[in-house]
Amino acid sequence: MGWLYWFASYEHTKPLAMVILFVTFVGIVIYVYGSKKRGERLETYKDIPFLDDDETKMREDKK
Amino acid sequence: MSTTEISSNEQYNFDIVRRFSFMAVLWGLIGMSIGVWIASELAWPFMNFDIPYITFGRFRPAHTTTVIFGFGGSALFATSYYIVQRTCQTRLISDFMANFTFWGWTAAVALADITYMLGYTQSREYAEMEWPLDILVEVVWVAYMAVFIGTIMKRKQPHIYVANWFYLSFILATALLHTFNNLAVPISLFSMKSYSLFAGTQDAMTQWWYGHNAVGFFLTAAFLGMMYYFVPKQAGRPVYSYRLSIVHFWALSFLYMWVGAHHLHWTALPDWTSTLAATFSIMLLLPSWGGMINGIMTLSGAWDKLRTDPIMRFLIVALSFYGMSTFEGPLMALKDVNALSHYTDWTVGHVHSGALGWVAMVSFGSLYHMIPRVWNTKIWSEKLIGIHFWLATIGVLLYITAMWISGITQGLMWRAFDQYGNLQYSFVESVAAMHPLYAMRAIGGMFYVTGMLLMFINIVMTIRQGNKAPVAVPVMTVAHA
Repeated sequence: MGWLYWFASYEHTKPLAMVILFVTFVGIVIYVYGSKKRGERLETYKDIPFLDDDETKMREDKK
Repeated sequence: MSTTEISSNEQYNFDIVRRFSFMAVLWGLIGMSIGVWIASELAWPFMNFDIPYITFGRFRPAHTTTVIFGFGGSALFATSYYIVQRTCQTRLISDFMANFTFWGWTAAVALADITYMLGYTQSREYAEMEWPLDILVEVVWVAYMAVFIGTIMKRKQPHIYVANWFYLSFILATALLHTFNNLAVPISLFSMKSYSLFAGTQDAMTQWWYGHNAVGFFLTAAFLGMMYYFVPKQAGRPVYSYRLSIVHFWALSFLYMWVGAHHLHWTALPDWTSTLAATFSIMLLLPSWGGMINGIMTLSGAWDKLRTDPIMRFLIVALSFYGMSTFEGPLMALKDVNALSHYTDWTVGHVHSGALGWVAMVSFGSLYHMIPRVWNTKIWSEKLIGIHFWLATIGVLLYITAMWISGITQGLMWRAFDQYGNLQYSFVESVAAMHPLYAMRAIGGMFYVTGMLLMFINIVMTIRQGNKAPVAVPVMTVAHA
């Protein structure tokens, strides 16, 4: 259990937290830009504000 | 399967959006008017009229609280409740709790203003409310979080749109910041007075951890949520890059928490802490500009809208100010620049280019877009929006130009030495040199408030029009299995 004391020191946990956060962020960037197919799927979400568009519906009704 | 036509007003809780929208405009008018008053007090001190309640020290927190939490906060409540319902295609989980957030928040802002004028303050920047009001805000915030997260949990749209992510991070971060910054011990149960749990450098560090993250999550992340919904809606085209918006969100969330210590350069704070804060401040430039470019490029192919649509003008100019102030911020976080700029009016100018240029303008654009829709009517006067835009732009430019000149002059005068190594100028000489610039700042504020008054009139008339004769209610078709 002595190894747990390693985490009790700020000098250890601060750089560790930094490494974890940085690696997570790099992982997110790879997830977002790493696959063309996934990228295309993610880009389809940009239309969400228009799915509930009552004005578009009204315009269509008039036609 | 059958289909039913229902109005969006029945499907969603727009009543709460209407209340918060109206209060946002009213608080904006009150808070900015107080701002002009205190700016005038600095230029023409007779305006104190020897009345203790309206002296600069008491009125200044009333100004900041009313504009940040009254105007900005109410605009965020209104737009977040609107966006979460429309993008999740579901009603808020609880009308009662949503109403509670409205009355609780409005009461907190009103009581804060009254108590500041009576002389009660914690003396913490942007967190001057004494402990009973802090508890009220805490309870309201928990209710807000429950309503927002609960609504997302029962969404009909499988994906959570990026605007809601920004609102979520704002709600979570503000809960953390408010709780830990306001840890205090009241001197008795029946006294308004309390003392902070922290002392000395730790207290300063806690305050600026709160202060800068209030800017980062309350005044930036949340308003970016507003931007990611209303810019595409007003432009009639989706956001330029959804993937960029995801990276923008995470980069901003990871980086902002580290930068508060740049407010404490050259103080008793350990040097490595402020170096770390300066480094992260420079890195913040990347997500900030990434987000700004994403917003502005949304208009790509439809730039002509800037000529014809005053709401679009508000939104795009807001993004330009966002870009400008997020360039200026990292610059001022550099230790050598900060040695000149700190404690001067340059800081005040920087804050206002963000507050008036970015936060207020993106709110104006969003409210002008949203208010007619929730009242089922058209805006009363589009021409007035155009006039408001120019008054606001001239006002903010006058304001920040005055403060740049004033701040740099102050910084240079304070560090000037004569041939014998003595300070060349006394402090009062620097105050006298500021006078024309303080007058210019107050005049800039007057332009801005005049625009705000026009907005108030326009919105009141729009609401009256909406209440009087509801026009054809937009309908949407809901499928039943």
